[in-house]
Parts: sequence; C-alpha cells; structure tokens
Amino acid sequence: MADITKSKNKTSIKSILTKNVVTLIFVFLTVAGIMLSELPVFYLVSEMMTRISRNTFLVLSLIIPITAGIGLNFGIIVGAMAGQIALIIALYFGWTGLGGLLLACLVATPIAIFFGYLTGLLFNNTKGQEMIAGLIVGFFANGIYQFLLLIVIGGIIPVKKVPMIKPDGVGLRNTIALDTNFGEVGLKYAFDNVFKVNLFHFFIIIGAVIIIYSLFRLFYSGENQKIQREKTKKTYIFYMILALILIGFSTLIMNSSTGGFLFTGTNSSAIQSLEMLQSIEVPIFTLFLVFLIAVFNIVIMKTKLGQDFKSIGLSQHIARVSGINVDRTRIIAVIMSTVLAAWGQIIFLQNVGTMNTYGSHMQVGLFAVAAILIGGATVKSANIGHGILGIILFHAVFIVSPTAGKQLFGDAQLGEYFRAFVVYGVIGVSLALHAWKNRKGLEELGK
Amino acid sequence: MATFIKDIGFPRFLMSLLLIVILVTAIVVGIPIGMVLTDLVQRVGMYGVIVLAMVPSIQSGTGPNFAVTIGIVLGLLAATTAIEFNLVGMWAFLFAIAMALPLSIIVGLLYGKLLNACKGAEMTISTYTGFSIVQLMCIAWIVIPFNSQIMRWPIGKGLKTTFTLESTIYKVLDNFLYFKIGEVEIPTGLLLFFFAACLLVYAFTQSKMGTAIQLGGMNNKFAVASGVDIDRGRLVANVISTYLGAVGIIVYSQSFGFIQLYTAPLMMAFPAVAAVLIGGATASRAKVSHVIIGVILFQGVLTSSMPVLNEIIPFGSVAEISRMVIQNGIILYALTKVDGGQ
Repeated sequence: MADITKSKNKTSIKSILTKNVVTLIFVFLTVAGIMLSELPVFYLVSEMMTRISRNTFLVLSLIIPITAGIGLNFGIIVGAMAGQIALIIALYFGWTGLGGLLLACLVATPIAIFFGYLTGLLFNNTKGQEMIAGLIVGFFANGIYQFLLLIVIGGIIPVKKVPMIKPDGVGLRNTIALDTNFGEVGLKYAFDNVFKVNLFHFFIIIGAVIIIYSLFRLFYSGENQKIQREKTKKTYIFYMILALILIGFSTLIMNSSTGGFLFTGTNSSAIQSLEMLQSIEVPIFTLFLVFLIAVFNIVIMKTKLGQDFKSIGLSQHIARVSGINVDRTRIIAVIMSTVLAAWGQIIFLQNVGTMNTYGSHMQVGLFAVAAILIGGATVKSANIGHGILGIILFHAVFIVSPTAGKQLFGDAQLGEYFRAFVVYGVIGVSLALHAWKNRKGLEELGK
Repeated sequence: MATFIKDIGFPRFLMSLLLIVILVTAIVVGIPIGMVLTDLVQRVGMYGVIVLAMVPSIQSGTGPNFAVTIGIVLGLLAATTAIEFNLVGMWAFLFAIAMALPLSIIVGLLYGKLLNACKGAEMTISTYTGFSIVQLMCIAWIVIPFNSQIMRWPIGKGLKTTFTLESTIYKVLDNFLYFKIGEVEIPTGLLLFFFAACLLVYAFTQSKMGTAIQLGGMNNKFAVASGVDIDRGRLVANVISTYLGAVGIIVYSQSFGFIQLYTAPLMMAFPAVAAVLIGGATASRAKVSHVIIGVILFQGVLTSSMPVLNEIIPFGSVAEISRMVIQNGIILYALTKVDGGQ
C-alpha cells in the first residue's frame, strides 16, 4: 500500500513537471531576469500593476474559443481593429472622458460582432486549421483596415480636418494621441482615472475579501459536498493564511516607520524607493472591468450555451449527434471572443494614451496567446487563472529582459531579441508539445 | 465556364484575369511596358527558388513550408560567411550555396524531426518555429565574430541591418550572358539558374525517392501498406525545402543588391506560399509547373500593378495594401480547401 502511494506521488510530481514545463521555465526566467536586471522595486511593481490592469482583459478574451475547441484565437487582432476603429470614430466626433470611452465601446460592439461573424464563418470552413487561419486572417484584415483608414477616409468619404487626418486630407496619421481632443481632456486614462486606490490599501481590501469569502464558504458550504468537504476546508484555511500574510505585509509597508525596517541597512535611496512604493495607485475601475469579464467567463460556462461550448470542445461529432448546432455555436464563440478583444483593445489603448494607427493591433494576438500559454493553458483547456498567471510572468520577463540583456551582454537590444525569440518559441513549443501528446495518446489508443 | 474555372483553379483564374486587366490598363494609361516586363522577368528569377522550396514540403504532406525562413537565415549565414572570407564574384556565390548545404542538412533534419513528432498541426507549428528561429538569429547577428568592414557597424556591436553587395556578389547571376530585347532586359544567368533548379526538383520528384515521398504525402494508409517509410520521406523533403530556401535567398540577395539581416526574413515565407498556391497548388498537392506559373502571375500582378495603381490612385500605398490582401486572401482560400481535422 505504501509503495503504491509512493509511486503514485512520484509520477504525479513528474507529470506536474512535464505538464507545466513552459510555466516553470518562465518562473525561472522571471526570477533570473529580476535578479540580473537589478531594476528598482518601485519600477517593477508599478510597471507590473499597469500591465496587468491593461492587458488582462485581452488575454481573457481567448478563453471561450479554447473551451469551444477552436483553439488559440489568433484572430482577436480583428477584434482589436474594431476597437481601434471605434476609438477613431470617438475622437473624430470629439467624445471625451468616461462617457466618450463607454460610447466608443458601444460603437465597437456591432463592428466587432460583424467581424467576429465573418471570422467564425471562415473558421467553420477551415476546421482543423483554425490557428493558422486566424493568424493569416489577421494579416488579411490588416490590408483591408489599411485600405479603409489610408484611402477610403478622405479619399472617398469626405472628412473635416481634424488633427488625426494627414495634412493632405487623405488618410489617418501613423500615431494618434488620445490625451487631447480639441483642447479638452481626451480619452486617455478615462477608465483608469475613475477611481484609484493606493496599492497597499488595495492589497488589504483584497485580503479582507478573501478572508470573508473563505469564512463564508467554511461555515455555509453546501450539505451535499460532504466528501470533498475535508479538502475544501484545508484549502480555505490556506487561503485565509495567505490573505493574512498579505494584509500584514501591506500594513508593514504602509507604515513608513515599520516599512523602513524591511529595508535593512537603510540608505536614502531605499527610503526614497519605499516612499515611491507607497505612492503607487491602482486603477480600481479598470480592474473591476477585468473582474466583470472573469465573472462573465465563469457564468457563461454554467449556461446552456456554455455547456454547448464544452461539448463541442470535447467532440464535435458527439455534440452534433446530441443535437447541438455546432457551426452556429462556434460562430457565437468567435463573436464573443472578438467583441471582448475589441473592448480589451480600447482598455489597453486608453492606458497607453497614444494609438499607433497601423501597428497597435498587430501584436495583440501574439502577446495574448503567448501570455495564456505561459500561464499553463493548452490548445484545449484554459481558465482565468492561466490568463492571470501568464500575464504576470510574461510581462515580468518583458520588463526585465532589456535590462537583463544589458547587464549580461552589455547590449539592451540582445535582451529584446531574446524576448521576441521566447515569445514566438513559447507558442511553437506549446503547440508542438500538445500535438505530440495528442499523437502519443492516439497511438496508445490504437494499441 | 464554371468547369473551366474549376479546372485551372480559382486563384490561377483570378490572378490571370487580374494580370491581363492590369497590363491592358498599363498600356492605356501609357506606362512604358518595357520597364514593367524587365521588372517582371527579374523578379521571377529573384523569387523563384524560394517558391520552389514549397514543392517538396507540400508533396511530403507537411503542407506549405511556412518555416522556409529557417532556410533563409541559413542562406544569409552562408552568404555573410563568404563575404567575411573576402570572396567576391562567382566564387563567393558558389561558396555560399555550397556552405548552405551542410547547414541545411543538419537544421533541416532537426526541423523535420520536430514536424514528425507533431503531425496534424504542422502549419501553425512551422510558422512559429520559423518566427522564433529568425529572432534567435537576430541575437547571432549581434554576437557573431565577423570583422568584414562591409558588414559591421562602424561603431557598436554586430552586423548592419542592411548592407550593399556592390563589391561582392551583386548581379553575378543576372549579368551572366545578359542581353536586351528592345526595351526588355533579360538577366539570362538568373533565369537559367531558376530553370535549372526547377529541372533538378522535377527530376527528383520523378525519382524513386521522390515518388515515395509523394505517395506518403497523398495517402498515408496506402503508403504504409506499400512499405514506404513516410517519416524518412518527410525528413528528406524538409531538408531539400530548407536548402532551396537557403539557395533562394542567396539568389534573391545577389539580384537585389543588398543583404537584409535581423527581422527582415520574418515574413518572407508568406509571399512564397501565396505564389505556389496561385500557380495551382493546394496545401497537399504541388508540382514544379505550379511554381513557375505562380511566380509569374503573382510577381506579374505585383510589379505591373504598382505603377498602374500609383497612376490611378495617387495617395496612400495602394500597391502594398493590395499585395497584403491578395497574398493573404489566397492563403486563406487554400486553407478552406484543406480537409478538416474531424
């Protein structure tokens, strides 16, 4: 008996290692990069906070197509284009502030639904090759997008002279600033600035919420889950301990006298860095939007539609036999993903503040896919946890690699190339591992 | 009419029509047709060999070689090595294509092994493998210990992003037996090289090995039953494809006059894939004739449309936009014809 459990443990550790090899490599890269780059803590934390709040929405837009068996939707680029078109419309008509940005989201929705519908049709005609089709459809749509914004606007549709139109009156400029619009406040930070909270206050609130939630689950858990109860009990107690540590740590840092104690051998720069850390603010409203989308992803899986997604993801054939309209459901999944990507791009750009008209959207699919894969997702399964962990690891490596490259080889450019290599490589390796496992599984079935 | 279109293939039909329309417009608008033809002939020779690289990989069943960029960076490595050794002219060219061979064999075998490990998802995986190798080579171009004054940045580290081949292999093929018919310049050597390469690949497809590879690519079960080693065929085909990519970029560079390093090769696979598809190939079937027809039609439309479109629509980069739409539209069309994974 003991032997069996021992061997079981051993295999489980091995399987955990092989299953999460990409994630583990990234944990290693992150730690090594942070140590090598010697970037100030303040810079790291504030950069991470910005990037998490502005990119998570886009990454979470990938989950529904993965569940529905379409795979990694590289076609979210098309959604990002819809978002940018909506932003351009908003700027043209001079919509500003929170209302303007919400209106832009509203305008983006029908455009994204239309684009998503077309992409979905295409995916239904390229079953089995959706990922490469999604990549190419991004390039294809980019051609049409450029035609629209460089030639149709001003060339065919007359437009009034606004700053974003090129001096000759035809086409849009390469970069469009979102921060000013006819001298008023523009769309920049329109979501971020709604409500901001100090980072450590935010941590304390999060900790408190986790504790309340855990307590609630501990005392009011369902009666019919008695078998699992012992396990869940431990998990929730573990959560509570983590939350308490988070609260304790945050309180220590917030209090400048005790915070200084954390930086032993205090010199002036450490104290300064501490003060800067204390001044980091978190855009609560943007994070709330991310939270909403996470909840949406969970809730939809409990509906009939979500169950349809899941059964199509498992087997299109069985789903069809059991009366699900497979093609229609797949199109719905792609439309949802595209609309979410459009909103995600708007959230992303309102934080960046300038739109690279012909470039901002091109990397969206690549970065989002790389992030979710790094977080541990595969072509067949992904959840919100994968997305968030992936964003943290991906962007940590993103931030540190130029500086790490400079420290290691005396050249920041090297770090940037390395980073690009890793991004592409991660996608290639994850897909290859998945295909390899699939094939091995099939061969074993054959035997 | 419908059967006629079906017979020659929709992309081929569309592009032929487009080419005719553009050429007629060019004459009407008054663009010197000699210049257009000169450009066309040269670009067919320039791009031809890279497009040819698609034939072995499609025939072996791995689909269009989206990772031909691997061959391309190997070719660039061979060409830069030739320049580093101070070779010039034909010797430099020959050295480069000779050196590319062992490199392509080693890397092509590794790449082929990867593709054999993950059958069924080759196209996406090869695309991203190609992308990541290009980025890896970006690091190599910085750290590589080459000292040639032509290639190095005067200050700073590594090789230049673009450097001229004026003093080394510029037009060594193009100027071989070069002549002029009226306004049209004919780069004889370049065309001869392209057609020789086509002939070699054609001869290979007719050989025993080539037939076995095609059999494996067309019908797995039948091939297994008749004792064909499919995996080995796929390895050989991808080595050849990689080597053709390497030779292709050397031919391209000598005609173009510059070598472009770093991220320049990143997107080079897509026009080549589009060209062979335009010529009548599908993701699972390709012939050498498809390459020749495809490269003439695709490059023909691109070269002749540029002056015409710029004449008609003076603003924006219409030619570049239409290239993106045509190229990727054709690839998408071909993907819809691939048998589903179900």
